[in-house]
Amino acid sequence: MENEKKHLFDYPKNIKRVLHFLYISCALLFALDFVIHRHTIHSWENLWGFYAIYGFIGCVVLVLVATGMRKFIMRSEDYYDYEWQSDQAEKLKEDLDQDSHVEKDSKKGECNVDD
Amino acid sequence: MWMTELPPFVPFFIGALIAAFTRGPVRSVIMLVIPIVSAIHLWLLPEGVHLQFAFLDYQLIPFRADKLSFMFGYVFHIAAFISIVYSLHVRDTTQQVAGMLYAGSGLGAVFAGDLLTLFVFWEFLAFTSVFLIWARKTPRAYIAGMRYLIIQVFSGILLLVGTLFYVTENGTLVFEYIGLEGIAGWLIFFAIGIKCAFPLMHNWLTDAYPEATPTGTVFLSAFTTKVAVYALARGYPGTELLVYVGAAMTCFPIFFAVIENDLRRVLAYSLINQVGFMVCGIGIGTALALNGAISHAFNDVIFKGLLFMSMGAVLHMTGRINGSDLGGLYKTMPKTTMLCIVGAASISAFPLLSGFVSKSMVMTAALENGFDGIWLMLLFASAGVFHHAGIKIPYFAFFAHDSGLRASDPPTNMLIAMSIAAALCIGIGVYPAALYSVLPYDTGYNPYDATHVLAQTQLLFFSALAFVWLNLRGMYPPELRSTNLDVDWTYRRFLPSILQRSASSIGKVDKAIRLSFLNGLNRFLGSLSRQQQGPSSLLSKGHPAGSMVMWVAVFLATYLLLVFIRQL
Repeated sequence: MENEKKHLFDYPKNIKRVLHFLYISCALLFALDFVIHRHTIHSWENLWGFYAIYGFIGCVVLVLVATGMRKFIMRSEDYYDYEWQSDQAEKLKEDLDQDSHVEKDSKKGECNVDD
Repeated sequence: MWMTELPPFVPFFIGALIAAFTRGPVRSVIMLVIPIVSAIHLWLLPEGVHLQFAFLDYQLIPFRADKLSFMFGYVFHIAAFISIVYSLHVRDTTQQVAGMLYAGSGLGAVFAGDLLTLFVFWEFLAFTSVFLIWARKTPRAYIAGMRYLIIQVFSGILLLVGTLFYVTENGTLVFEYIGLEGIAGWLIFFAIGIKCAFPLMHNWLTDAYPEATPTGTVFLSAFTTKVAVYALARGYPGTELLVYVGAAMTCFPIFFAVIENDLRRVLAYSLINQVGFMVCGIGIGTALALNGAISHAFNDVIFKGLLFMSMGAVLHMTGRINGSDLGGLYKTMPKTTMLCIVGAASISAFPLLSGFVSKSMVMTAALENGFDGIWLMLLFASAGVFHHAGIKIPYFAFFAHDSGLRASDPPTNMLIAMSIAAALCIGIGVYPAALYSVLPYDTGYNPYDATHVLAQTQLLFFSALAFVWLNLRGMYPPELRSTNLDVDWTYRRFLPSILQRSASSIGKVDKAIRLSFLNGLNRFLGSLSRQQQGPSSLLSKGHPAGSMVMWVAVFLATYLLLVFIRQL
């Protein structure tokens, strides 16, 4: 890993550049509101920076609400795993394994001890 | 000419048959040639009814072509071709055959002129596509596929029952405007609603699609939901209920998408969000809204396909798809990264890309028709889709923290398929007139005026700013290994546990009844035997085994004596 070539975003400078590009674009777009005359249909569209502010606030609310939802709906990754961990599912899994030619371990041998 | 009577599903079904019996390059060539030949055939076809016959007292129309079905027909051919190219490296006959049959069924459905033919292809879609899920060969995929199949078949049954009601109400099977009058209208509406992933009926999609094979999901994302959108556009344009249903569909999935870890499941949620825009447009029902809905379906097939392909490529090359396991792949998968970004920018509706030229029509139509609240919801969903599909997908897969994975770009055929899709995204975005010319209505709409472009660009850049700000503040939810509960919890956890509990209580009652009956019987027999327990009574225990032997001997002796007497 040490000798690995450095990539575009391994340099913090490049990340900064992208961020600066974004900040400047946002400022310019906001400023354009004062220059360009819009053909509006809804009165809110005439508010300065309506789309910009709506987009920003919308996304922040979206993320905060979604993060809050985690408290109620997040479960462990194996929450539904019982569905295929019953005996029947074990058998199914073996069948599927056989299909994909996965070598099985000594389970079979143990079954045949009586012979 | 006999060729005109050939419904477009026929070449695909023949192709599936040939694919089942050929191998290697021969199969690849046949599978590639069929969508091309079939598309040329479709392009040359005039509008009208090309095939119909009488069945019992009704007219069946297996092949009817008008502007609406042509649109879906074209995009299904494009989707089939791209998906086939994408899966050329797969050496699994089941998947190849199922893919061809599935694409054919989708075409069959959109060119079906009557409800019975539609029902047949509706069920074909379910039975052929489930093999693309099962082909993953994991227990999880098998069970998810089962659930998918049950729900899809249930939708088909609703459609069939609705069709029967429709015939009695209207005396015809022809599939035209249905509307929500009468039982038939509602039954068919819900049948379509299930396939269209209406809220609360949506979970089959987010449950099953991410469990399919990397190539299978690309097929799946194109056909089923779009056939449902087609059916809505034909049967229920201008139904106001759809405006609210569609707006709900655009909004609720994005919350789930933000916290979902499996990136293909994020895309599945985003698929519902995009279908929401189409449903909303169909509900508004004006020429502009319907054009928007249909063209958005057209574009969505391509850019959603591109996104599923890029995530499929990641899964194919790394074996992982969870955001928590990925990151930093841009270093070794630069081409996939670029193609994924094109798809992500298209779905986010950046100007000069395909999503912009279709989604803006639905938004404008919502505003023009006085759906102000709906317009705000759609606007919120537009910012949200950029957030979860436009930024989250490429960011967590290819950038974010370095996961240490060093997978290379996928096989050439996958890259070619993604490049075709990306080229179409850009082509349609730059020159939308080509797409608009095949739309059902001529509205003279121009997406590239200063108002639209500026508004959309502001919305997107400030959404990106919100992402950056939340990230820098450490408020962005990290990708966590987790399962998020959705409606499927009711039928995977809640109902089974209720059933189990009620089954065990029914078992207890049943056991109690049996026991009391047995006790009663015992007591009756006990008293009977007590009555009969005298020394010489019938059930007496006083009879020794010896007396039995003696009696047998007496019987035998008597028998012998009788035989002897007869001989005399």
